[in-house]
Amino acid sequence: MSVGILMLVHTAFDRAEQVARHWTKYGCPVVIHVDASVKPKAHKKFVKALEDVPDVRFCKRHKCEWGDWGLVAASQSAGETMLAEFPEVRHIYLSSGSCLPLRPVQELKDYLAARPRTDFIESATTADVPWTVGGLDAERFTLHFPFSWKKHRFLFDKWVDIQRFLRVKRKIPNGVVPHMGSQWWCLTRQTLSAILQDPDRDTFDRYFKRVWIPDESYFQTLARLYSSNIESRSLTLSKFDFQGKPHIFYDDHLQLLRRSDCFVARKIWPRASKLYNGFLRSPEGAIKMSEPNPAKIDRIFAKAVERRTKGRTGLYMQSRYPNEGWENGMTFGRYSIFQGFAQLFEDFEPWLARATGTRVHGHLFAPEGAEFEGRQKVINGALSDDPKSRDYNSIAFLTNLVWNTRGERQCFQVGPRDEGAPVWFFAKDPNAQVSVISGAWAIPLFKSNLDFADIRKEAARLQKLENDQLYALRSPYAKARVRIWTLAEFIEAPMEPLQTIIDEIGPEKARRLAEAPTMTDLTGFGQFLQNLKNQGMHPYLMGDFPVSQGEADQKKPPRKPYLVQ
Amino acid sequence: MSALQSYRLRIRRRHRLVRAIRKRRELRSMADRTAQIKPSDLLAFSTLRNEHIRLPYFLDYYRNKGINHFLMVDNDSDDGSLEYLMEQPDVSVWHTRKSYKKSKFGVDWLNWLQFRYGHNHWCLVVDPDEFFIYPFCDTRPIRALTDWLDASSIKSFSAMLLDMYPRGPITEQPYQAGQDPMEIACWFDAGNYTMTKNPQYGNLWIQGGPRSRVFFPNEPELAPALNKIPLVKWNRRYCYASSTHMLLPRGLNQVYDEWGGEKASGLLLHAKFLDTFTAKAEEELVRNQHYSASVEYTAYAERLRDAPELWCKWSEKYINWRQLEILGLMSKGNWA
Repeated sequence: MSVGILMLVHTAFDRAEQVARHWTKYGCPVVIHVDASVKPKAHKKFVKALEDVPDVRFCKRHKCEWGDWGLVAASQSAGETMLAEFPEVRHIYLSSGSCLPLRPVQELKDYLAARPRTDFIESATTADVPWTVGGLDAERFTLHFPFSWKKHRFLFDKWVDIQRFLRVKRKIPNGVVPHMGSQWWCLTRQTLSAILQDPDRDTFDRYFKRVWIPDESYFQTLARLYSSNIESRSLTLSKFDFQGKPHIFYDDHLQLLRRSDCFVARKIWPRASKLYNGFLRSPEGAIKMSEPNPAKIDRIFAKAVERRTKGRTGLYMQSRYPNEGWENGMTFGRYSIFQGFAQLFEDFEPWLARATGTRVHGHLFAPEGAEFEGRQKVINGALSDDPKSRDYNSIAFLTNLVWNTRGERQCFQVGPRDEGAPVWFFAKDPNAQVSVISGAWAIPLFKSNLDFADIRKEAARLQKLENDQLYALRSPYAKARVRIWTLAEFIEAPMEPLQTIIDEIGPEKARRLAEAPTMTDLTGFGQFLQNLKNQGMHPYLMGDFPVSQGEADQKKPPRKPYLVQ
Repeated sequence: MSALQSYRLRIRRRHRLVRAIRKRRELRSMADRTAQIKPSDLLAFSTLRNEHIRLPYFLDYYRNKGINHFLMVDNDSDDGSLEYLMEQPDVSVWHTRKSYKKSKFGVDWLNWLQFRYGHNHWCLVVDPDEFFIYPFCDTRPIRALTDWLDASSIKSFSAMLLDMYPRGPITEQPYQAGQDPMEIACWFDAGNYTMTKNPQYGNLWIQGGPRSRVFFPNEPELAPALNKIPLVKWNRRYCYASSTHMLLPRGLNQVYDEWGGEKASGLLLHAKFLDTFTAKAEEELVRNQHYSASVEYTAYAERLRDAPELWCKWSEKYINWRQLEILGLMSKGNWA
């Protein structure tokens, strides 16, 4: 008999009974504390059920509530009973009714027998750990906490505020350095008896009764006074989520728990029959001496906490709908938007797809409907090209598209005609790369076969629309990678900006463009603009375009696509 | 939210409850086994009309998931649904001939039953063509979920409707009683849902999916709402305000995180589009007992005559909840 188990029970008595029987079967005496708020009938039934087990004792009952002194009082009483009744016990292990031993009891006994003077208790100073939930760390030891956090949250908070205002600072008893850590410990008889039989125990008890969450600090602090050899970790595998409540283990964690090599796990769902049946069996196979290794479980639960607090970037769904500014990434990943390029270059879309290996769409926000790559009617995620559905919520259309095509960069065209495009949204999105050739919308008009009066009207409209879009892209709120050239500026040296854009997109860095897109023939475009001007419509977004090109230029045949080496 | 607004909502909630209590007179108990209900039981509530063929699988599905008792309202079925339900050992069933529409599409009836029997129980409100999917539903029963929700002090759990459809015309594969409808209707739309916040009730208003894509491309605003909160730790002061889309008090509608995180959520697989649907759509059109002058059924009937296909190249085939989680339709939240 080297290990004694203290068990704090308040619910799921059948499971507690099962575990108590398991411990005693393999020679560990058990002292059970039943919460005083448990109904007499249930208590009686539980005591009766364990009547036939010789090494089980019940100790004095206290009322236990989370974060309350009761849990410490319960551990004290149970500890005292254990020390008095089972003199041969060397290590005392504190557990709860929902704890489950994962390894054969003999392995735990051997492990502790090999470390006869070691106290396993997680114990760290408040300054050094970020565990605390609720923003109270050092203050939990220097303020008074007479009100329950669970039941009287308002009074609790107000009382803290009042004390802060009055600069209340409790005196910490002499020689005590507050430590905290997991409430599930395993102490040696020497250390535990020293704590419980200390002549100053009344002083300590009085002090800790008004500390917040004493069950995570009482033994953790006092063990530091007496122990000769503290190993600051808990032998109980217990994971907490972001609100400080323990994660629960279910049947599907069986393999995970097996591989963890931890001695005891908390907390187990009472109905997880596979776990109880799987672990409360007589041991098979050789006794292992391995160290507990909870890393894998740690990862799973750390991920769960991250999912709950940060969520998946760019996802908008029924249980994640972030307020503006809290998206943690407005869209899933990077995407590129081109304005004016498809007008200036005749084969821009296929060229871009070839040059970058990305997915290139047409005008996604065209008034006639979304021009998906290959002009499909429906695309990833069954997103439809229907203009009305799209414009019903154009931001959702864009975020859905980027989410649905995760892992593949999307490129698409916008223009002043696409009035439904969520320009402000992508202007603010750091994932967007926006490249604009301003004034390029005039090229289709120039090539069109419309009456000049209509052209003039349309030009005025488009110029106004593009101006509004540029306003958004140039605003101080814009976080997108925005590049804007006037048409005149761009055709001076088209390859350089193209190379920059492609480099930014491209997976293969530093690849020179082997092939340029075909630029449309702009002969006479200057005159066209001048005509607009003469009609009183002043096109200014395309920059300074010469009215008539030089004599030599005009004689030349239409420009051919050229290669850049 | 101003004091006046919250007072208004309070009045509205009271009004709803009074209405529900009055409407109890429309219900006639046909099989009352509610005495069997134990304090910790999980209850399912449902309204139905002529769904006999779906009932065997429906009941089995939820029994396997751990529902202890079913409380159902039969709205004048003539296909033997009522008789079938009366024979079931864990079903209490009420019958009514009154108007589905005038009882706010069954909400009043169920509000009453929940008021009367649901207090302090976890209550699941589902139609016979809705199948509740939640994280780990292949290995953990609903009770594991509700215990976890209890431990986390969460009172309501979101499960968006996910419309399932078959490949090919919906009349092609006839549905047999007792069959898993997902064997036929196993396709869904993965990523075309839009949502906005309802400032008054605080719920999200979600639309999209195949119904919006095929039946309402020109009036997307008319497409049916898909947001649902079917699982609630009920209190007799609560009520559903509009189907299971939103609840009062409004705090129960806060099933989504607004600070970037994900709360846990599930889905209701909606096996509406089986071969039984065409006949149903025609019938409901004549009865005119559905929401907003049955605009939904008008649209269905119009489109169904040309035997449309809901399936498209980018439809996703249902595998399991993990797939739905990865696609971002539901979330494990911090449940692990």
